[in-house]
Amino acid sequence: MQDILLMVIAAIFVNNILLMQFLGNCPFLGVSKSMDTALGMAMAVVFVMVLAATISYITQVYLLVPLGLEYLQTITFILVIAALVQLVEMFLKKAVPPLYRSLGIFLPLITTNCAVMGVCLLAVQKEYNFVQTIIFSFASAVGYGLALVLFAGWRERFAVSPIPKTFRGTAIGLICAGLIALAFMGFIGMVK
Amino acid sequence: MRAVREFTKGFWTELAPFRLVLGLCPVLAVTKSMDGGFGMGLATTFVLVCSNVIVSLLRNIIPPKVRIASFILIIASFVVIVQMVMEASDMYLLYKQLGIFIPLIVVNCIILGRAEAFASKNGIFLSFADGLGIGLGFTMSLTFLGAIRELFGSGVIVFNWMGEVIFTFSPFGSAYQPFTFMQAPPGAFICLGILLGLMGLIGNRQTAG
Repeated sequence: MQDILLMVIAAIFVNNILLMQFLGNCPFLGVSKSMDTALGMAMAVVFVMVLAATISYITQVYLLVPLGLEYLQTITFILVIAALVQLVEMFLKKAVPPLYRSLGIFLPLITTNCAVMGVCLLAVQKEYNFVQTIIFSFASAVGYGLALVLFAGWRERFAVSPIPKTFRGTAIGLICAGLIALAFMGFIGMVK
Repeated sequence: MRAVREFTKGFWTELAPFRLVLGLCPVLAVTKSMDGGFGMGLATTFVLVCSNVIVSLLRNIIPPKVRIASFILIIASFVVIVQMVMEASDMYLLYKQLGIFIPLIVVNCIILGRAEAFASKNGIFLSFADGLGIGLGFTMSLTFLGAIRELFGSGVIVFNWMGEVIFTFSPFGSAYQPFTFMQAPPGAFICLGILLGLMGLIGNRQTAG
Protein backbone atom coordinates (compact mmCIF):
# COMPACT_ATOMS: atom_id res chain seq x y z
CA MET A 1 0.00 0.00 0.00
CA GLN A 2 2.75 2.41 0.96
CA ASP A 3 4.66 1.55 -2.20
CA ILE A 4 1.64 2.37 -4.32
CA LEU A 5 1.10 5.69 -2.56
CA LEU A 6 4.75 6.58 -3.05
CA MET A 7 4.54 5.65 -6.71
CA VAL A 8 1.47 7.84 -7.19
CA ILE A 9 3.07 10.85 -5.52
CA ALA A 10 6.29 10.32 -7.43
CA ALA A 11 4.49 10.12 -10.75
CA ILE A 12 2.25 13.14 -10.15
CA PHE A 13 4.67 15.56 -8.49
CA VAL A 14 8.30 14.49 -8.36
CA ASN A 15 8.70 13.00 -11.82
CA ASN A 16 5.91 14.98 -13.40
CA ILE A 17 5.79 13.66 -16.92
CA LEU A 18 5.36 17.06 -18.52
CA LEU A 19 7.56 19.34 -16.47
CA MET A 20 10.33 17.01 -15.33
CA GLN A 21 10.51 14.48 -18.17
CA PHE A 22 9.42 16.75 -21.03
CA LEU A 23 6.93 14.39 -22.59
CA GLY A 24 3.97 15.80 -24.48
CA ASN A 25 5.08 19.40 -24.83
CA CYS A 26 3.52 20.14 -28.22
CA PRO A 27 -0.10 19.79 -27.08
CA PHE A 28 0.91 21.40 -23.79
CA LEU A 29 1.71 24.66 -25.56
CA GLY A 30 -0.97 24.16 -28.19
CA VAL A 31 -4.13 23.60 -26.18
CA SER A 32 -3.40 25.51 -23.00
CA LYS A 33 -4.77 28.81 -24.26
CA SER A 34 -8.03 28.49 -22.36
CA MET A 35 -9.16 26.60 -19.30
CA ASP A 36 -11.93 24.67 -21.09
CA THR A 37 -9.72 23.17 -23.77
CA ALA A 38 -7.06 22.36 -21.19
CA LEU A 39 -9.59 20.48 -19.05
CA GLY A 40 -10.88 18.62 -22.12
CA MET A 41 -7.39 17.64 -23.15
CA ALA A 42 -6.49 16.58 -19.61
CA MET A 43 -9.48 14.26 -19.44
CA ALA A 44 -8.79 12.81 -22.86
CA VAL A 45 -5.19 12.14 -21.86
CA VAL A 46 -6.17 10.36 -18.64
CA PHE A 47 -8.60 8.21 -20.56
CA VAL A 48 -6.30 7.24 -23.41
CA MET A 49 -3.11 6.94 -21.39
CA VAL A 50 -4.48 4.35 -18.97
CA LEU A 51 -6.02 2.32 -21.80
CA ALA A 52 -2.88 2.56 -23.94
CA ALA A 53 -0.53 1.57 -21.11
CA THR A 54 -2.75 -1.39 -20.19
CA ILE A 55 -2.99 -2.68 -23.73
CA SER A 56 0.66 -2.12 -24.54
CA TYR A 57 1.57 -3.97 -21.34
CA ILE A 58 -0.54 -6.93 -22.43
CA THR A 59 1.00 -6.84 -25.91
CA GLN A 60 4.50 -6.69 -24.50
CA VAL A 61 4.11 -9.51 -21.97
CA TYR A 62 1.87 -11.92 -23.86
CA LEU A 63 2.86 -11.26 -27.45
CA LEU A 64 6.27 -9.71 -27.94
CA VAL A 65 8.27 -11.43 -25.18
CA PRO A 66 7.05 -15.01 -25.78
CA LEU A 67 7.67 -14.65 -29.51
CA GLY A 68 11.07 -12.98 -28.99
CA LEU A 69 10.03 -9.90 -30.92
CA GLU A 70 11.04 -7.20 -28.43
CA TYR A 71 12.79 -5.28 -31.17
CA LEU A 72 9.41 -4.56 -32.75
CA GLN A 73 8.30 -2.78 -29.58
CA THR A 74 8.33 0.73 -31.05
CA ILE A 75 6.29 -0.18 -34.13
CA THR A 76 3.84 -2.28 -32.16
CA PHE A 77 3.23 0.36 -29.50
CA ILE A 78 2.60 3.17 -31.96
CA LEU A 79 0.21 0.94 -33.90
CA VAL A 80 -1.61 -0.05 -30.73
CA ILE A 81 -1.95 3.58 -29.69
CA ALA A 82 -3.11 4.75 -33.11
CA ALA A 83 -5.67 1.95 -33.38
CA LEU A 84 -6.84 2.52 -29.82
CA VAL A 85 -7.37 6.24 -30.35
CA GLN A 86 -9.37 5.54 -33.49
CA LEU A 87 -11.45 2.95 -31.66
CA VAL A 88 -12.12 5.21 -28.68
CA GLU A 89 -13.14 7.99 -31.04
CA MET A 90 -15.63 5.77 -32.88
CA PHE A 91 -16.98 4.32 -29.65
CA LEU A 92 -17.52 7.71 -28.03
CA LYS A 93 -19.16 9.10 -31.15
CA LYS A 94 -21.72 6.30 -31.12
CA ALA A 95 -22.20 5.68 -27.41
CA VAL A 96 -21.59 8.93 -25.52
CA PRO A 97 -22.13 11.86 -27.92
CA PRO A 98 -21.86 14.61 -25.26
CA LEU A 99 -18.47 13.31 -24.14
CA TYR A 100 -17.42 12.96 -27.76
CA ARG A 101 -18.29 16.57 -28.43
CA SER A 102 -16.12 17.77 -25.56
CA LEU A 103 -13.18 15.39 -26.12
CA GLY A 104 -13.55 14.74 -29.84
CA ILE A 105 -11.13 17.25 -31.29
CA PHE A 106 -8.39 16.28 -28.84
CA LEU A 107 -8.44 12.58 -29.56
CA PRO A 108 -6.61 12.60 -32.93
CA LEU A 109 -3.97 14.88 -31.39
CA ILE A 110 -3.24 12.27 -28.77
CA THR A 111 -1.82 9.77 -31.26
CA THR A 112 1.21 11.98 -31.69
CA ASN A 113 1.35 12.97 -28.03
CA CYS A 114 4.65 11.54 -26.95
CA ALA A 115 3.49 11.42 -23.33
CA VAL A 116 1.18 8.50 -24.11
CA MET A 117 3.83 6.44 -25.83
CA GLY A 118 6.41 7.59 -23.30
CA VAL A 119 4.36 6.20 -20.42
CA CYS A 120 3.90 2.88 -22.23
CA LEU A 121 7.67 2.63 -22.79
CA LEU A 122 8.53 3.75 -19.26
CA ALA A 123 6.19 1.19 -17.71
CA VAL A 124 7.89 -1.58 -19.69
CA GLN A 125 11.35 -0.21 -18.95
CA LYS A 126 10.69 -0.06 -15.21
CA GLU A 127 9.38 -3.65 -15.31
CA TYR A 128 6.10 -2.86 -13.60
CA ASN A 129 3.51 -5.59 -13.21
CA PHE A 130 -0.05 -5.27 -14.46
CA VAL A 131 -1.54 -3.39 -11.49
CA GLN A 132 1.49 -1.15 -11.15
CA THR A 133 1.28 -0.27 -14.84
CA ILE A 134 -2.33 0.85 -14.49
CA ILE A 135 -1.62 2.91 -11.37
CA PHE A 136 1.54 4.41 -12.85
CA SER A 137 -0.17 5.42 -16.08
CA PHE A 138 -3.14 6.89 -14.23
CA ALA A 139 -0.93 8.89 -11.87
CA SER A 140 1.23 10.13 -14.75
CA ALA A 141 -1.86 11.21 -16.65
CA VAL A 142 -3.17 13.06 -13.59
CA GLY A 143 0.20 14.79 -13.28
CA TYR A 144 0.01 15.77 -16.93
CA GLY A 145 -3.51 17.13 -16.50
CA LEU A 146 -2.54 19.02 -13.36
CA ALA A 147 0.36 20.77 -15.07
CA LEU A 148 -1.79 21.52 -18.11
CA VAL A 149 -4.63 23.05 -16.09
CA LEU A 150 -2.28 25.06 -13.85
CA PHE A 151 -0.55 26.41 -16.93
CA ALA A 152 -3.82 27.25 -18.70
CA GLY A 153 -5.03 29.20 -15.68
CA TRP A 154 -1.86 31.24 -15.83
CA ARG A 155 -1.89 31.64 -19.57
CA GLU A 156 -5.41 33.08 -19.62
CA ARG A 157 -3.98 36.14 -17.90
CA PHE A 158 -1.41 36.78 -20.61
CA ALA A 159 -4.08 38.57 -22.63
CA VAL A 160 -4.29 41.37 -20.07
CA SER A 161 -0.63 41.49 -19.02
CA PRO A 162 1.85 44.02 -20.38
CA ILE A 163 4.30 41.51 -21.87
CA PRO A 164 7.22 42.85 -23.98
CA LYS A 165 6.34 42.49 -27.64
CA THR A 166 9.10 40.02 -28.55
CA PHE A 167 8.18 37.64 -25.75
CA ARG A 168 4.46 37.40 -26.55
CA GLY A 169 3.14 33.97 -27.43
CA THR A 170 5.29 30.90 -27.05
CA ALA A 171 8.34 32.56 -25.54
CA ILE A 172 6.59 33.80 -22.41
CA GLY A 173 4.68 30.52 -22.29
CA LEU A 174 7.92 28.57 -22.07
CA ILE A 175 9.33 30.86 -19.39
CA CYS A 176 6.17 30.44 -17.31
CA ALA A 177 6.33 26.67 -17.83
CA GLY A 178 9.86 26.90 -16.49
CA LEU A 179 8.63 28.70 -13.38
CA ILE A 180 5.96 26.03 -12.79
CA ALA A 181 8.64 23.38 -13.25
CA LEU A 182 10.73 25.23 -10.68
CA ALA A 183 7.83 25.04 -8.24
CA PHE A 184 7.47 21.33 -8.93
CA MET A 185 11.18 20.87 -8.22
CA GLY A 186 10.30 21.68 -4.62
CA PHE A 187 8.70 18.24 -4.40
CA ILE A 188 12.04 16.52 -4.96
CA GLY A 189 12.98 14.90 -1.69
CA MET A 190 9.40 13.93 -0.85
CA VAL A 191 10.06 10.51 -2.35
CA LYS A 192 13.45 8.86 -2.33
CA MET B 1 16.89 26.67 -57.84
CA ARG B 2 13.89 25.35 -56.02
CA ALA B 3 15.76 22.49 -54.31
CA VAL B 4 18.25 24.92 -52.80
CA ARG B 5 15.42 27.04 -51.47
CA GLU B 6 13.70 24.01 -49.94
CA PHE B 7 17.01 23.03 -48.37
CA THR B 8 17.91 26.40 -46.89
CA LYS B 9 14.49 27.29 -45.49
CA GLY B 10 15.14 24.76 -42.71
CA PHE B 11 17.90 26.96 -41.32
CA TRP B 12 15.94 30.08 -40.64
CA THR B 13 12.44 30.71 -42.00
CA GLU B 14 11.19 27.26 -41.00
CA LEU B 15 13.76 26.42 -38.34
CA ALA B 16 11.76 23.64 -36.75
CA PRO B 17 12.00 24.05 -32.98
CA PHE B 18 12.28 27.83 -32.85
CA ARG B 19 10.17 29.12 -35.69
CA LEU B 20 7.47 26.48 -35.94
CA VAL B 21 7.66 25.42 -32.26
CA LEU B 22 7.31 21.76 -33.17
CA GLY B 23 9.00 18.70 -31.71
CA LEU B 24 9.79 20.38 -28.43
CA CYS B 25 9.99 17.27 -26.27
CA PRO B 26 13.44 16.12 -27.45
CA VAL B 27 14.56 19.74 -27.70
CA LEU B 28 14.01 20.21 -23.99
CA ALA B 29 14.91 16.76 -22.79
CA VAL B 30 18.19 15.82 -24.46
CA THR B 31 19.92 19.21 -24.47
CA LYS B 32 21.52 18.80 -21.07
CA SER B 33 24.77 18.44 -22.95
CA MET B 34 26.01 19.46 -26.37
CA ASP B 35 26.81 15.93 -27.56
CA GLY B 36 23.38 14.66 -26.53
CA GLY B 37 21.68 17.37 -28.57
CA PHE B 38 23.94 16.72 -31.56
CA GLY B 39 23.38 12.95 -31.49
CA MET B 40 19.62 13.32 -31.13
CA GLY B 41 19.60 15.80 -34.01
CA LEU B 42 21.49 13.43 -36.29
CA ALA B 43 19.22 10.50 -35.43
CA THR B 44 16.15 12.62 -36.16
CA THR B 45 17.68 13.90 -39.42
CA PHE B 46 18.31 10.36 -40.61
CA VAL B 47 14.73 9.31 -39.91
CA LEU B 48 13.36 12.50 -41.44
CA VAL B 49 15.33 12.19 -44.69
CA CYS B 50 14.55 8.49 -45.14
CA SER B 51 10.86 8.84 -44.33
CA ASN B 52 10.53 11.86 -46.63
CA VAL B 53 12.08 9.94 -49.52
CA ILE B 54 9.94 6.83 -49.00
CA VAL B 55 6.73 8.80 -48.47
CA SER B 56 7.45 10.77 -51.63
CA LEU B 57 8.10 7.54 -53.57
CA LEU B 58 4.84 6.03 -52.40
CA ARG B 59 2.75 9.18 -52.55
CA ASN B 60 0.64 7.98 -55.47
CA ILE B 61 0.16 4.48 -54.08
CA ILE B 62 -0.94 5.17 -50.51
CA PRO B 63 -4.73 5.64 -50.35
CA PRO B 64 -5.53 9.06 -48.81
CA LYS B 65 -7.74 7.56 -46.11
CA VAL B 66 -4.99 5.55 -44.45
CA ARG B 67 -2.14 7.91 -45.23
CA ILE B 68 -1.42 9.01 -41.64
CA ALA B 69 -1.24 5.41 -40.42
CA SER B 70 1.03 4.53 -43.36
CA PHE B 71 3.31 7.50 -42.66
CA ILE B 72 3.58 6.50 -39.00
CA LEU B 73 4.51 2.94 -40.00
CA ILE B 74 7.19 4.15 -42.42
CA ILE B 75 8.63 6.46 -39.77
CA ALA B 76 8.50 3.73 -37.12
CA SER B 77 10.45 1.34 -39.36
CA PHE B 78 13.30 3.81 -39.70
CA VAL B 79 13.26 4.56 -35.98
CA VAL B 80 13.70 0.84 -35.29
CA ILE B 81 16.66 0.80 -37.70
CA VAL B 82 18.25 3.75 -35.87
CA GLN B 83 17.57 2.10 -32.52
CA MET B 84 19.16 -1.21 -33.51
CA VAL B 85 22.19 0.39 -35.19
CA MET B 86 22.86 2.67 -32.24
CA GLU B 87 22.51 -0.12 -29.73
CA ALA B 88 24.92 -2.36 -31.63
CA SER B 89 27.59 0.19 -32.54
CA ASP B 90 29.98 2.58 -30.84
CA MET B 91 27.05 4.88 -30.22
CA TYR B 92 25.81 2.63 -27.41
CA LEU B 93 26.66 5.19 -24.72
CA LEU B 94 24.77 7.89 -26.59
CA TYR B 95 21.86 5.47 -26.97
CA LYS B 96 21.79 4.95 -23.20
CA GLN B 97 22.03 8.68 -22.61
CA LEU B 98 19.12 9.51 -24.90
CA GLY B 99 17.01 6.70 -23.43
CA ILE B 100 13.35 6.61 -24.40
CA PHE B 101 13.72 9.66 -26.63
CA ILE B 102 15.10 7.50 -29.44
CA PRO B 103 11.93 5.38 -29.77
CA LEU B 104 9.93 8.55 -29.25
CA ILE B 105 11.27 9.96 -32.54
CA VAL B 106 8.23 8.11 -33.96
CA VAL B 107 5.88 10.65 -32.43
CA ASN B 108 8.03 13.68 -33.22
CA CYS B 109 5.56 16.04 -34.86
CA ILE B 110 8.21 17.51 -37.19
CA ILE B 111 8.67 14.23 -39.06
CA LEU B 112 4.98 13.47 -39.47
CA GLY B 113 4.40 17.12 -40.29
CA ARG B 114 6.95 17.09 -43.13
CA ALA B 115 5.57 13.80 -44.48
CA GLU B 116 2.05 15.19 -44.53
CA ALA B 117 2.75 18.76 -45.58
CA PHE B 118 5.64 18.28 -48.00
CA ALA B 119 6.72 14.79 -49.00
CA SER B 120 3.23 13.56 -49.86
CA LYS B 121 2.91 16.37 -52.42
CA ASN B 122 6.40 16.72 -53.90
CA GLY B 123 8.97 14.71 -55.83
CA ILE B 124 11.77 12.62 -54.37
CA PHE B 125 14.59 15.09 -54.88
CA LEU B 126 12.72 18.04 -53.40
CA SER B 127 11.56 15.92 -50.46
CA PHE B 128 15.12 14.82 -49.86
CA ALA B 129 16.32 18.43 -49.84
CA ASP B 130 13.47 19.47 -47.57
CA GLY B 131 14.14 16.64 -45.11
CA LEU B 132 17.88 17.29 -45.04
CA GLY B 133 17.40 21.03 -44.54
CA ILE B 134 14.83 20.77 -41.78
CA GLY B 135 16.81 17.96 -40.13
CA LEU B 136 20.10 19.84 -40.15
CA GLY B 137 18.32 22.95 -38.86
CA PHE B 138 16.92 20.84 -36.05
CA THR B 139 20.38 19.38 -35.29
CA MET B 140 21.85 22.87 -35.26
CA SER B 141 19.23 24.17 -32.83
CA LEU B 142 19.64 21.21 -30.51
CA THR B 143 23.42 21.47 -30.53
CA PHE B 144 23.26 25.22 -29.89
CA LEU B 145 20.79 24.88 -27.00
CA GLY B 146 22.79 21.97 -25.58
CA ALA B 147 26.00 23.99 -25.79
CA ILE B 148 24.47 26.95 -23.94
CA ARG B 149 22.98 24.78 -21.22
CA GLU B 150 26.13 22.73 -20.73
CA LEU B 151 28.37 25.79 -20.78
CA PHE B 152 26.48 27.73 -18.13
CA GLY B 153 25.27 24.67 -16.24
CA SER B 154 28.66 23.11 -15.65
CA GLY B 155 31.12 25.75 -16.87
CA VAL B 156 32.78 23.45 -19.35
CA ILE B 157 31.67 21.72 -22.55
CA VAL B 158 32.96 18.18 -22.93
CA PHE B 159 32.02 16.82 -26.33
CA ASN B 160 31.97 13.02 -26.37
CA TRP B 161 31.50 11.17 -29.62
CA MET B 162 31.66 7.38 -29.98
CA GLY B 163 33.37 7.00 -26.63
CA GLU B 164 36.11 9.55 -27.29
CA VAL B 165 36.40 13.12 -26.10
CA ILE B 166 36.53 15.20 -29.27
CA PHE B 167 37.08 18.57 -27.58
CA THR B 168 36.64 20.42 -24.33
CA PHE B 169 35.83 24.09 -24.06
CA SER B 170 36.13 26.00 -20.78
CA PRO B 171 36.16 29.76 -21.36
CA PHE B 172 35.48 30.65 -17.73
CA GLY B 173 38.42 28.88 -16.08
CA SER B 174 38.25 26.95 -12.84
CA ALA B 175 36.90 29.79 -10.68
CA TYR B 176 33.46 29.55 -12.33
CA GLN B 177 30.64 28.52 -10.02
CA PRO B 178 28.38 26.17 -12.03
CA PHE B 179 24.88 27.53 -12.59
CA THR B 180 23.33 24.06 -12.28
CA PHE B 181 19.83 25.46 -12.74
CA MET B 182 20.48 25.55 -16.49
CA GLN B 183 20.84 21.78 -16.63
CA ALA B 184 17.81 21.15 -14.41
CA PRO B 185 14.40 20.75 -16.07
CA PRO B 186 13.12 24.32 -15.38
CA GLY B 187 16.31 25.72 -16.91
CA ALA B 188 15.43 24.00 -20.20
CA PHE B 189 12.07 25.76 -20.43
CA ILE B 190 13.43 29.15 -19.45
CA CYS B 191 16.50 28.92 -21.67
CA LEU B 192 14.39 27.97 -24.71
CA GLY B 193 11.88 30.71 -23.86
CA ILE B 194 14.60 33.36 -23.76
CA LEU B 195 16.10 32.09 -27.04
CA LEU B 196 12.66 32.26 -28.68
CA GLY B 197 12.27 35.81 -27.42
CA LEU B 198 15.67 36.78 -28.84
CA MET B 199 14.83 35.18 -32.17
CA GLY B 200 11.56 37.11 -32.19
CA LEU B 201 13.56 40.27 -31.63
CA ILE B 202 15.78 39.55 -34.64
CA GLY B 203 12.74 38.57 -36.74
CA ASN B 204 10.95 41.82 -35.85
CA ARG B 205 14.02 43.84 -36.82
CA GLN B 206 14.13 42.08 -40.18
CA THR B 207 10.48 42.70 -40.99
CA ALA B 208 10.66 46.30 -39.74
CA GLY B 209 13.84 47.05 -41.68
